[in-house]
Amino acid sequence: MPDFLLEIGTEEIPDWMIEPAVENLRTRFKAALCAFAGSAFITEATPRRIVLLAKDLSEQAPDVQTVVPGPYISAGEKAAEGFARKWGATVVELDRIQDTKGERFVFHQLTKGQRIPDALSAKLPEVISEVHFPKSMYWTGKSGVRFIRPIRWILALLENDIVPFEVAGVKSGNTTQGHRILGSKDPVRVTIDTYFEELQRNFVIVRAEERRQRIEASLGSDVRRDADLLRTLVYLTEFPTPIRGAFDRRYLELPEEILSTVMRHHQRYFAVVNLDGSLAPEFVAVTNTDGDPDGLIRQGNERVLRARFNDARFFWNVDQHKPLQARIPDLAKITFHAKLGTYKEKTDRVVALAREVSSETGADQNTVERASLLSKCDLTTEMVKEFTELQGIVGGLYARAQGESKAVATAIYDHYKPLSMEDSIPRTLEGQVLALADKLDTLRECFRIDLIPTGSKDPFALRRAAQGVVKILFEGKLSLNVMPFAEGIPDLAEFIRERIQFYLRNVLEYDVDEVNAVMAAPGTTLHDLANRANAVHHVRRTADFEPLAASFKRIKNILIQAKFEEHRLPEENLLSLGPEQDLFRAFLRVREEAAKDSSYADKLAAIASLRPQVDLFFDKVLVNDPDPDIRHNRLALLQSLLSEFSTIADFSEIVPSSTAA
Amino acid sequence: MDSYQDTIFKLKRYWADRGAVIQEPYDLEVGAGTMAPETFLRVLGPKPYKVAYVQPSRRPADGRYGENPNRLYKHQQLQVILKPSPDDVLDQYLGSLEAIGINLKKHDIKFEEDNWEAPTLGAWGIGWQVMLDGLEITQFTYFQQCGGMDLDLVPAEITYGLERIVAFLQNVESVYDIEWAPGVKYKDVRLAEEQQFSAYNFEVADVSGLWQEFELHERECHRLLQLFNKTEAKDNFPVLPAYDLALKCSHIFNMLDARGAISVTERVGVIARVRRLAVGVAEAWVQQKFAHEEALA
Repeated sequence: MPDFLLEIGTEEIPDWMIEPAVENLRTRFKAALCAFAGSAFITEATPRRIVLLAKDLSEQAPDVQTVVPGPYISAGEKAAEGFARKWGATVVELDRIQDTKGERFVFHQLTKGQRIPDALSAKLPEVISEVHFPKSMYWTGKSGVRFIRPIRWILALLENDIVPFEVAGVKSGNTTQGHRILGSKDPVRVTIDTYFEELQRNFVIVRAEERRQRIEASLGSDVRRDADLLRTLVYLTEFPTPIRGAFDRRYLELPEEILSTVMRHHQRYFAVVNLDGSLAPEFVAVTNTDGDPDGLIRQGNERVLRARFNDARFFWNVDQHKPLQARIPDLAKITFHAKLGTYKEKTDRVVALAREVSSETGADQNTVERASLLSKCDLTTEMVKEFTELQGIVGGLYARAQGESKAVATAIYDHYKPLSMEDSIPRTLEGQVLALADKLDTLRECFRIDLIPTGSKDPFALRRAAQGVVKILFEGKLSLNVMPFAEGIPDLAEFIRERIQFYLRNVLEYDVDEVNAVMAAPGTTLHDLANRANAVHHVRRTADFEPLAASFKRIKNILIQAKFEEHRLPEENLLSLGPEQDLFRAFLRVREEAAKDSSYADKLAAIASLRPQVDLFFDKVLVNDPDPDIRHNRLALLQSLLSEFSTIADFSEIVPSSTAA
Repeated sequence: MDSYQDTIFKLKRYWADRGAVIQEPYDLEVGAGTMAPETFLRVLGPKPYKVAYVQPSRRPADGRYGENPNRLYKHQQLQVILKPSPDDVLDQYLGSLEAIGINLKKHDIKFEEDNWEAPTLGAWGIGWQVMLDGLEITQFTYFQQCGGMDLDLVPAEITYGLERIVAFLQNVESVYDIEWAPGVKYKDVRLAEEQQFSAYNFEVADVSGLWQEFELHERECHRLLQLFNKTEAKDNFPVLPAYDLALKCSHIFNMLDARGAISVTERVGVIARVRRLAVGVAEAWVQQKFAHEEALA
């Protein structure tokens, strides 16, 4: 049972593409060579190599029998003999089958299963060249192979034999390459057994986990943990060695957000913190070296950071010469979108929208007004032009520095939040209102001019905006019904409904039918929607609920079939004695119960208690009575049940969980 | 310690030794070495070429009146084009760093993803910014498209930021303190230029005059391109002068931009106008130079 080792040697692959590419290679390899089983498929990668180790492959694929159709018997002996000769058989050895046109000869051809070396040689060029990358390039000519970066060598060993093939003009072999600077200048010959060791000797730690541990081990407890940054550095290095540098304390006068952004996003440094969590004037850079004995790398990095911090300080000082307030007219010079005008126009709309939203939510009007007026002004600052990812945050920091109230500053600071499903929503109600107004405006305007996301294309991040709106409403428990804001704009209401469904299902983890049931009931605030979903989720597990839901579905169908659309109570004198009157009385009792100021769970429990009466009704009473008055009266009873008790959720949407039973 | 000019000499020598033509800077205002015809036009078509040159690159909006230690209105790039890119191109590049005195074993080199795109040229490529101890010293690009056309012989473009590299080598905090030649500082050579052009570009330049100039050059460029299409004998047709006109438009656009004279709605449109010129010239150039060879191939 041979092992197979593949290393695709490339120029430096972008760090963020490596993990998915490796996974993609594994999937493709397994699919292409599935006939050879294999007990394990281990993948690893560094910036310069993608590695796959397949263990215990079969020597040979199983034999395959294929049926080759031949001439019909009616075609005569000559044809049969010709066919037999072609397959090296005699007519007697051929089999016969019957198909729609008659009886015909067939030859059962046995194909020997391919041997593993042949299969690898044949399949690997395609497996490798079809590994998916979000962005690829060509380098041997425009019709040549596309890959993320040029392939420079390929190591392909089956046990200790080279598996010969070629990709983009590169022939596979039994050598690898060490670290660009520290490794041997010549190709390094390896076997499967010596591969990891030889590379280690040449300053390449092939296993990502080992590189991660090597970095973490030397970070120190005062280094601020940062999982994303760590992953980036694991895939930016082959031999990671952290070094520590320092910067002048005076830079700590700058806001931490700015210092952190410079260190993290622009220099990929870890921040160092004091015991109280505040920034210390130090940083950790992760080098792709075996150390910095002379301190040259530290000095270089310190110099770069100093220049960056100087820039930031310069921007801060320059920006203070013109307060946010004075920048409002400048917004007319920045485009929001070619068809949607400038940020000045957007600001005017957001101010109006925020006013509307805040009056419904009880937010402080003055704060919201002021914050929305200034919210986009930081886009004209040097600081945001340099550090675009700090938009909003810089606005908040400047607002505070320029004497705006803390509430206004916080609302501006937070108003791009949440940036993702994982991100938190703005901390204050006023911040939430501003964030809502900003996002709703973007959605409304883009939908108005038909910039609607399709499939994976969403250049204006409208899904994120809508998801942000939904997340704020759910988590902020705002007393605001969002749907009226989508009115009159085609497709927007549906788009937002999808995001609400997504949130209920994927974040709150309700079942599809529960979500459908509560969303089919009349619209309210999202907080209320979540409460109703929660009640349905819990009450459905009680014995009576799902059977009752099934009955509701039946009622709904009966009403549809009868085309019954009257909304009235049944006339008591037309109700027959027994199950029908019992059901009506139960209806009145439950209606009273449900009208009480009780929890949704209690209300649903009360509704579920109708089950015996409903069951008995359907058991004993014929809705379709020959007498039209009685029939209509019965339909009115059913209609009353349905409309009265579908305000929390439309039970007919509930799919019984025990359908099999 | 090598002076600024020593470092330039060494880089040129290094690439000359590897077969590159050492060109002089193009004598028009350009925003980057890529725009010089030695790159923009030479990367087109099937002919191999190697060239290196220093290109002073003017970016009006980056001017800081000589007050920022790292930002310049006009910086100098050492531009190398290797067409097609050799298999060991990155090793050759690293060799050039050693040639200017950087002991790679004592420093940290990283290649970080940075794909380059020039909308006004219809050009883009895949590549990295090369980081030396956390400092970006080079942009490395495998061209994929230029003048809106796919490139068949993929060139490697290596663009060294000379001021940054030399500031690093000389261990100075400000580019103005770089020793250009023994006893002569960068500021002695260039400071006045930074101050005066910053003032001109941001405050003084005559906006309506610039617009007129832009339109004048644009019109002339289009006239040439139309004439080219009508001309039977294309061999000696002035396509290169048409490219100069496109470059002038590009620079004037940058000046108008720095002057704050291009409104938001106009901006995309003006970029498209410049691009139209560049793409038109590139197509004419390919037709003029290579239509015949492709017919043979």
